[in-house]
Amino acid sequence: MRVIHDIHGGIHPPERKELSRPGVLDQVALPPLLVLPLRQHLGAPAQPIVSLGDRVLAGEKLAEPQGLVSVPIHAPTSGTVRAIELRPIAHASGLEDLCIVLEPDGEDRWVTLSGAGDWRQCDPADLLDLVRGAGIAGMGGAGFPTAVKLNPGPSRQIETLLINGTECEPYISADDTLMQCRADALIEGAQILAHIVGASHILIGIEDNKPAAIARVTDAASRIDTAIEIASFPTKYPSGGEKQIIEILTGQQVPSGGIPADIGLVCVNPGTVVAVREAIIEGKPLTHRIVTLTGEALARPGNVIACLGTPIHFLLEQAGIAAEPQQRIIHGGPMMGFAVSDLNAPITKITNCLLAPTQTELPLPEPAKPCIRCGHCAEACPASLLPQQLYWYARAKDQEQLTEHRLFDCIECGACAYVCPSQIPLVQYYRAAKGQIRDSEQERRRSDNSRDRFEARQARLETELAAREAKRAARKAAATDRANAGGADPIQAAIDRAKARKADQETSP
Amino acid sequence: MLSLLTDHSLLMALAALLSLGAIFGGLLGFAAVRFKVEGNPISEQINALLPQTQCGQCGYPGCRPYSEAIAEGDAINKCPPGGEETIQALADLLDVEPQPLDAEHGVEKEPVVAWIREDECIGCTKCIQACPVDAILGAAKVMHTVIADECTGCDLCLDPCPVDCIDLIPRKQGIGFWHWPLPGDGAARFDIIASDNATRDAA
Repeated sequence: MRVIHDIHGGIHPPERKELSRPGVLDQVALPPLLVLPLRQHLGAPAQPIVSLGDRVLAGEKLAEPQGLVSVPIHAPTSGTVRAIELRPIAHASGLEDLCIVLEPDGEDRWVTLSGAGDWRQCDPADLLDLVRGAGIAGMGGAGFPTAVKLNPGPSRQIETLLINGTECEPYISADDTLMQCRADALIEGAQILAHIVGASHILIGIEDNKPAAIARVTDAASRIDTAIEIASFPTKYPSGGEKQIIEILTGQQVPSGGIPADIGLVCVNPGTVVAVREAIIEGKPLTHRIVTLTGEALARPGNVIACLGTPIHFLLEQAGIAAEPQQRIIHGGPMMGFAVSDLNAPITKITNCLLAPTQTELPLPEPAKPCIRCGHCAEACPASLLPQQLYWYARAKDQEQLTEHRLFDCIECGACAYVCPSQIPLVQYYRAAKGQIRDSEQERRRSDNSRDRFEARQARLETELAAREAKRAARKAAATDRANAGGADPIQAAIDRAKARKADQETSP
Repeated sequence: MLSLLTDHSLLMALAALLSLGAIFGGLLGFAAVRFKVEGNPISEQINALLPQTQCGQCGYPGCRPYSEAIAEGDAINKCPPGGEETIQALADLLDVEPQPLDAEHGVEKEPVVAWIREDECIGCTKCIQACPVDAILGAAKVMHTVIADECTGCDLCLDPCPVDCIDLIPRKQGIGFWHWPLPGDGAARFDIIASDNATRDAA
């Protein structure tokens, strides 16, 4: 039996997971339009390779990745490209971003898919290319390109593949449903991933509030691969943070600023594992995902498998939304999610949950009151930070102190804001401060670059000027030399030549 | 000689002091030559804080000349592209009171880049010569264009352009440049959702 460690802090908010009936996976109708943002992941947006009016098949690539940290986008169904334009997307800013708009033809004709065959015989590098080509980005919420994560470089030896089935955020049950409904695929995907990263051990961690998922996965593992270890651990938010689950299951801490691969681990979400399996076995790109539709404002909450690009309002209508005035729709969970400002925005690779709470269920936060320095936030922080200090420094925009107090180790879980008796939106302070620090760093790099270029230009201008001066001096010296060498004075010579020419002209006609 | 010194303690003290003075003087002289610092270290530090727009709005031909002027005692509030942030950083470095930006030199604006309307460009190369950071590409009688990543938005290329085909457009556009505002800075819809206190209290 694995020793289960505890993490610092954490909270126990009401789970509310039964609301979305974990374990039941519903189909959802095809919407009249699919909106596929080019940026559904962390990193550079993809570059469209289709044009207006193109007819595409399901699974056809619509956009190519730009650079290493980027993923392609594929068509979830067959249809016609109707627009490539700015559209509202599900983003905390409420800004628009470039999207490919696809009108489904309803036939759902697929391109011919071909898997990798026997993956055990394949070179991990080739499988990695397939993962990259399938457009897979971390499906737990952050959307980091999976192929990059699976390739931490030759200097880092991976021993353990950790599958993070924690899903600790209240309300969300997408991973729970996936583990229950597709346990065999999860186990097979885990074997493939372990082959790709060269891990000798596979560990699946599931919080103990999901007994059905634990039973299904254990059963599947006992039938397919008995070497796979399944560990369950007590429910606490935010145990599902990457660094948190690693500490819970191994007792080791990922170094500050480091990645799990530094201590020989790769940690992936179950959704990502199943997506990798489909890419390798069936050759199928990532075009659908499981989304939890929940909240008391919905008549039929549940988990659905939906096309990427399905507009949020379409899904909510399918779930029977009875919208209140000023209904808030939250993308993600109640702790880390954000309110969506435009319901025409589509779901993307990172949309694990859409939450439509009633006012009584999840009231709007009250105005923040002054900090009373109670210290509850420091007790709740799972990263052992000092949220109160960070709060003051964020208000003072003291970037040096913020970095010193390890702002970038904050996982933005919201535990501090949850326990704050003054209802201070602490996480927003940290998010804003992180943004400002990243901005300043970028500006500093820019200005360093400009300084170099300015100085290089000054140096070039000086050398050019010096070269011109030198040339002029040389010409002058040559002229003086000729004059001194007894030759005629050049000016006098020119006058003589002119006179001779004039005389010539006067005599010749 | 030695006995003379030992007999007269006053002479002894004098000689000791003189020789100590000579030794330390020599050491200092050696250090002054051996560890000589090229340039003005203060002005280097100031220059590192300036935004390097090279726009000349401060009245000096570039950021380095202004940094040298500040080191000589000029005011720290003449840099509009740097704005309040730069003034604060300079005040911290030089341990002086921060002053508001001197409006005579311009006002703080959001960062911009130059953008050549390429259809209208006649290829005169005048902007290329004006650019302080060599961020404009082109040759005589062919279209020019701005390398947006290198452009500092100094606006020095605008005046020389005979056909006015250069615009300054905001540099930070789109979702890639967005980050969360501090609470209170932005609209209420940015409020996070984490506080779930009513439910918790009821439970």
